[in-house]
Amino acid sequence: MTTAGRADQPDQPDQPDQPDQPDQADQPDQCSYTLSVNGQEHELRGAWMGESLLYVLRNRLGLPGAKNACEQGECGSCSVLVDGELVCSCLVLAATAGGREIVTVEGLGAGERFTDVQVAFTETGAVQCGFCTPGLIVTVHDLLERNPRPSELEIREAISGNLCRCTGYGRILEAVETVRDARLAAASRAAPVAAGATRQEGAG
Amino acid sequence: MTTVSAVSSTAVAPARVRSASLGTSRKRPDGGPKVKGEFAFSSDLWAEGALWGKVLRSPHPAARITGIDTSRARNLPGVKAVLVADDVPGNPFFGLEMKDQPVFASDVARYMGEAVAAVAADHPEVARKAAELIEVTYEPIDPLVDPERALDPVTPPMHPMGNTVRHISVRHGDAVASGDVVVEGTYEVGMQDQAFMGPESGLAIPDEDGGVDLFISTQWLHVDRDQVADCLALPPDKVRLHLAGVGGAFGAREDVSLQVHICLLALRTGRPVKMVFSREESFLGHVHRHPARMSYRHEADRDGRIVKIEAKILLDGGAYASSSTAVLANAACFAGGPYLVPNAVIDADVVRTNNPPCGAMRGFGAVQVCHAYEAQMDKLAAALGMDPVELRLRNALQPGDELLTGQALTGAAPVAEVIRRCAEAPLPPGGPADEPGSMTLPGGAGRTADPTRVRRGIGFAVGFKNLMYSEGFDDYSTARCRIEHGIVTVFSAAAEVGQGLVTLVEQIAEDVFGTDKIIVAPADTGVGSAGSTSASRQTWMSGGAVDAACRKARDSLLDLAARRHGTVAAVLEVREGRVVSFDGEIDETIEEATGGAAIEETVEFRHAPTFPLDERGQGDAHVSFAFAAHRAVVDVDLDLGLVKVVEVTTAQDVGRVLNPVQVVGQIEGGIAQGVGLAVMEEILVDQGLVRNASFTDYLIPTALDMPLVQIAALVEEPEPGAPFGAKGVGEPPTISSTAAVAAAVRAASGLALTRVPIRPEHIALAAPRQGEAGS
Repeated sequence: MTTAGRADQPDQPDQPDQPDQPDQADQPDQCSYTLSVNGQEHELRGAWMGESLLYVLRNRLGLPGAKNACEQGECGSCSVLVDGELVCSCLVLAATAGGREIVTVEGLGAGERFTDVQVAFTETGAVQCGFCTPGLIVTVHDLLERNPRPSELEIREAISGNLCRCTGYGRILEAVETVRDARLAAASRAAPVAAGATRQEGAG
Repeated sequence: MTTVSAVSSTAVAPARVRSASLGTSRKRPDGGPKVKGEFAFSSDLWAEGALWGKVLRSPHPAARITGIDTSRARNLPGVKAVLVADDVPGNPFFGLEMKDQPVFASDVARYMGEAVAAVAADHPEVARKAAELIEVTYEPIDPLVDPERALDPVTPPMHPMGNTVRHISVRHGDAVASGDVVVEGTYEVGMQDQAFMGPESGLAIPDEDGGVDLFISTQWLHVDRDQVADCLALPPDKVRLHLAGVGGAFGAREDVSLQVHICLLALRTGRPVKMVFSREESFLGHVHRHPARMSYRHEADRDGRIVKIEAKILLDGGAYASSSTAVLANAACFAGGPYLVPNAVIDADVVRTNNPPCGAMRGFGAVQVCHAYEAQMDKLAAALGMDPVELRLRNALQPGDELLTGQALTGAAPVAEVIRRCAEAPLPPGGPADEPGSMTLPGGAGRTADPTRVRRGIGFAVGFKNLMYSEGFDDYSTARCRIEHGIVTVFSAAAEVGQGLVTLVEQIAEDVFGTDKIIVAPADTGVGSAGSTSASRQTWMSGGAVDAACRKARDSLLDLAARRHGTVAAVLEVREGRVVSFDGEIDETIEEATGGAAIEETVEFRHAPTFPLDERGQGDAHVSFAFAAHRAVVDVDLDLGLVKVVEVTTAQDVGRVLNPVQVVGQIEGGIAQGVGLAVMEEILVDQGLVRNASFTDYLIPTALDMPLVQIAALVEEPEPGAPFGAKGVGEPPTISSTAAVAAAVRAASGLALTRVPIRPEHIALAAPRQGEAGS
């Protein structure tokens, strides 16, 4: 009856009610494009060109992991990676994201059930209502890719674009520090000389 | 066998020894789906053929509506329904305490953001355009925005039910008692928003039986259900509410927001309707924390003992009543703080204005007065030349003391201990950063501070409030436990809003059956009311109900097994998910023990009764209280007025810790909201117009704003009558943390700073003051 997200298209004209509605594909403000999300190609046809990447992910592609807390780039709950760059998907026009590699929270972990960041969030108490959580998970993965040994202040700065109203951030900081330390320890075991200089793919 | 039985918390056995489950930091069962992005929040739901709903709102804080033309909206392709007040089949009004708010404004709009019409269309953008095409003819009228004016009897009423929603007089002890030392002050609290992350949203699905299923994020399914059914003119059983994933609440989901509108649209179109508020709509579409003006006079003897408190408290309730009467009761009852106040003269009012409606927010009336009485306590300490912590210790409430409502303080009240433990905690080493450009100075990434003009200040505050509903409210929670095919299923309509009750329910059931093979059914109105997820009440109330239902089902299971074995239940117990006899003769699974039968027990759990306040504001209105102390350390840039909150230390009265990580999470999160109110959060309302309905302009603490939280002590003094001895922990962190931060900024700046949030201009543009912060 109800599902999280959906794969069909909500704005297809309702033919019985709208017999005079012209073909959607002919509308001047509509377009067709291909999105590559989490390694999968999706064809979008006759979509209104004003739709944000967030809207298309959530409502056309059945990927509701990116959340809709402000839809003006302030809260970070819709964070995704576009060509490896952390962005608020609410501020990206979906039609401009064709040909780029988009990674959402659903695409993290490449087959693993949970990434090390996701495990740490559940174990430290970093999750309460969970609405900000997917955006934070994407942001923290991005941070630790770019900076394997962030200081507390660097962590605070990196996640300061992700608003959380439940936790006061304390357990989130603990989760990030837990992953940072575990990854550094794993790297140090793997290559004692170059400890922490590189991170193993899929570590954790 | 199905029975409903009533249980009162006074009958609950004293706190038990900790089990293998209660007292541990069990992980949340919904944590996995939440980190994967797979948890279905109310805004994630979809149904085949669903339409998008949109509400048109008044742009005026006060206006007569002389016409509404929906024809252009109706003619827009893709639009399936446009509804106005005439389309409401049942009661045109709703409200938590008074049905004073129209489903749609029809003749007059009383606040900016009031719903006027609703649209359903096949795309959210079409719905938005259609709402714009509705032509409403407004005749703006002069808005009533000053609560003092609203209180003045000569002011014409802005609502048929009048401007004053409630007045409370507290007359306690000797009204003419006087002390040797007097301090006075007038204090203000701005309008705070709950600012949960998950916007209001839901999915309504019409049923062939003429009813509707509503999947909704809320704090109390049944009170929503009753209001929706009343407005739809449907029997309550035709309106079935199901809890959808809730993205935070903090009080803002106690009131109906889109529930009636979305069900009306679904029933009118015969199709599922989904609605998701934008952030702007969310700011306009839910109640806020009441702004307050409070004038205080404290009289004390030379030893610092409070002799009398006089206070006038005025809350701006905005356009409609919401939960204003209960918020006011809290403000009046807790106006003296957690101190022995032998004599009190308090007059408290909450009024209607054309400002945004105000209602529940974490702390619920106790936050506003704490800002005032704790500032007064600091003034009193200064006037007496006494250490502020010592003054608080000297006046701290103790068990048996009489509150200013005449109620004797029963139960755990470790007020002096939370004060002492908080005050004794180590202070952060060093002072403000001394190198220019440090990120840790006030202003942070702006790197604006001149380190030589940054001052450190320390502030201390204590607060308290009631747990559960008060003033004679029939406050109960229902839970059901079913044992069938060897599986234990727990049913409760209690709303999980992020706080972690869903974890506790598992822990409690596991504690009873000794197995983790417990299913917690989704919350819906198929079981009786659990009451609201508010007033720090669900651990006690629904935790107690689940415990009682599970125990009753377990006892029925043992009876059944005993009968099958021709023995008595007293020789049997449930251990590690099996039914065993003391002699070891019987040892079988729960499924074997039921012999194919199903057991179902439903329990209504009530706390000890409370009573209304009388005309002198006296009465045993509350059932239990929780206390907390906070100490804040801040750095203040005197030139730019910027504040960096360095650390907040706390000690809290928790009764008993049932899940340590979740208690810490409530404390840190509550302090974040307290810090926000102290230095940044306020809905700016100018002549009734909301000026900052966005996260661009309404600032809440980020990870860079949030200080380190030091939990000096979780004081575990089990609460008599509370299941497991545990008190609710959600609200106390929000009550005195604001006052502590404000006190610290006063200490750093030497300014009186009687209003929160403290804004940079209050510091940077203030006339320099010498000595104490006088009135």
